Amino acid sequence: MSLAFKQETFRDDYTFRNSPEAIRRFPFPFPEDQYMYSVNIEPHTPGPKGAVTEFTLDVDEHYVAECRDKAITLEQDPGRCASLPHMMDAEWDFLEFTMESLARDYPEQFSLSKNGKEWTWVNRPLGLEQSFVFGDAATLPMGPFEYMGRQVQGDFVLLDQREDTLFADAGIVTSQADWSLAFNVGMSWHEWHGPVPQVTKLGVMDRALKFLMSLQQGNPVRRLNWTMTINPRLDTSPENYPLWGGDRNKVNAQNAGELAHLRVELQTLFRMPRSNAIVFSIRCYLISMEEMATYPRWAKRFHRVLRDLHPDLVEYKGITKYQQAVVAWLSRFDDGADIGIGTQPE
Amino acid sequence: MSQLQVKVAAIDDVSAGVRHFTLVDAHGGELPAFSGGSHIVVTMPAPGRTYRNAYSLLSSPENRAHYEIAVHRQPQSRGGSIYMHEQVKVGSVLDISYPVNLFALSRVAKHHLLIAGGIGITPFMAQIHDLERLGGDYSLHYGFRSREHAAFADALKARVSQRAVCYDESLGQRMDFDALLRAQPLGTHVYACGPQGMVEALVSTARALGWPEHHIHSEQFLAPPVGEPFTLKLSKSELEITVQGDMSMLEAMEAAGVDAPSLCRGGACGRCELEVLGTDGELQHHDHYLSDADKASGRKIMPCVSRAKCGYLELNL
Repeated sequence: MSLAFKQETFRDDYTFRNSPEAIRRFPFPFPEDQYMYSVNIEPHTPGPKGAVTEFTLDVDEHYVAECRDKAITLEQDPGRCASLPHMMDAEWDFLEFTMESLARDYPEQFSLSKNGKEWTWVNRPLGLEQSFVFGDAATLPMGPFEYMGRQVQGDFVLLDQREDTLFADAGIVTSQADWSLAFNVGMSWHEWHGPVPQVTKLGVMDRALKFLMSLQQGNPVRRLNWTMTINPRLDTSPENYPLWGGDRNKVNAQNAGELAHLRVELQTLFRMPRSNAIVFSIRCYLISMEEMATYPRWAKRFHRVLRDLHPDLVEYKGITKYQQAVVAWLSRFDDGADIGIGTQPE
Repeated sequence: MSQLQVKVAAIDDVSAGVRHFTLVDAHGGELPAFSGGSHIVVTMPAPGRTYRNAYSLLSSPENRAHYEIAVHRQPQSRGGSIYMHEQVKVGSVLDISYPVNLFALSRVAKHHLLIAGGIGITPFMAQIHDLERLGGDYSLHYGFRSREHAAFADALKARVSQRAVCYDESLGQRMDFDALLRAQPLGTHVYACGPQGMVEALVSTARALGWPEHHIHSEQFLAPPVGEPFTLKLSKSELEITVQGDMSMLEAMEAAGVDAPSLCRGGACGRCELEVLGTDGELQHHDHYLSDADKASGRKIMPCVSRAKCGYLELNL
């Protein structure tokens, strides 16, 4: 896929659209007609050429516009980036990890040169060049975590491992599915997963925590999560609920194809070297129902998933108000034929 | 699991029975940085069987040019430490795991009290680099049998003399855990690494004094104890494997080609936990991971160090 960066918006006039190439590589998350919450963690090994998992961090056609949207959100609410004082080693780990991955995987867009601790970073799409001393925060225009967090698509939470659990002790969160960094920062694993329905009785969170506590450097993992969003809006935060919450009342069976978007999160987890922290990356991919329906197999699959979704999950994902409208819009694509197992489009 | 390949660049004898290995990237590149307290698992392809032992990294975590480990030749070794002492030469190439930290410094501690016994000094060598770099407040207490067993004592005295106290048992010098722990300011975390008796005494003293459980850290890597042979039945794999007396269940499963999960291989991390479906004998738990209640339930086992005295043991794998 080419890296021609699009000029588009994720607010106000919502000009965001996916190119046919972006639709083709969309990380569609439903291999079966039924969906139930699961840990579904797998090794974050390189996927096929062109896939969103081809590289450590995915840079796509929306890169420049998403970084711009992130900057707007941070300008309006600087509290979307927070880091507790003991996370400084983790901040530098994050800076090194993102700079090294981007420069290695996208050498035409990014470069990193090192002379001992004197580093120079070049970000061509955003027109940035920065020389600094690794480990000396005074040589950067802002903290190392925020500096690079603004230059990568998606949200990032840094997890400190202590007391037999993980604490969300730093984060840069501007494209969240209705959760608040200000509320969650400093929380432990079981505290911030408390509201997830159906999982306590399944023991899912205990097993996932145990797995992540032994996550190894060099062996990152990933999973997909999903929800829905009305309009292609990245910042669906509780802080800004008045700006987007009401849109959920505007969906009907005629406009659902345009307004309703499937929102897929590619969640990846990486163990950091110096801090022993875990980087939790939450990358959001949006696709409208109209775009999805360019592959009828996906429209059939999603029709069945959404129609038969467990009521607790409908409520948790915040799609109660428009579930029926979207199911009605999608039903025209579903002839009831068995489409087998797998997430692939036609 | 991704592995690293290293070449032995230097071997030195640092004290009685302790050999020090300097490892560089086999392909001439940089090794990953790590955090003080991390260990690597070294794979030793001995004739007829493969040993995998965990060793703490003692070099500076910021130094990506090489790693350093120290290997104590265990008198009752099953073969791993003897292999490192006798078979590994300068120029040998070894597969190692990425660094894993099960003994990390707490980043919210007000003071760090480091307690080392013998070869247990190794993780603290790296942690001291981190504490010095971060300006952490700490003190190190290092006990050893005699001067000839005092690995790295001179280097420590040269580097951090004002923070390190040494205890030479042959001169009658011993740590008084009770007095030491009572003298610590609130917010102190204590870390112990060394012989089992020392670590257990330290931990029980701290608990008796009311220290919060999360302020007490210890690390011991166990070698799998030798026992009697038995038959291991794996229900999902539909396999029967003989576990020899000097082999762990994990090693026996790996030798049979079973993809069993594992990480530290020393009973500390919990990754290899398996469900027990049945046995005609009794489980012999040796790990530090399972709770006493878990051990008593007879339904879980850590195959890296634990075994059974039985004819057969059936696991859900």
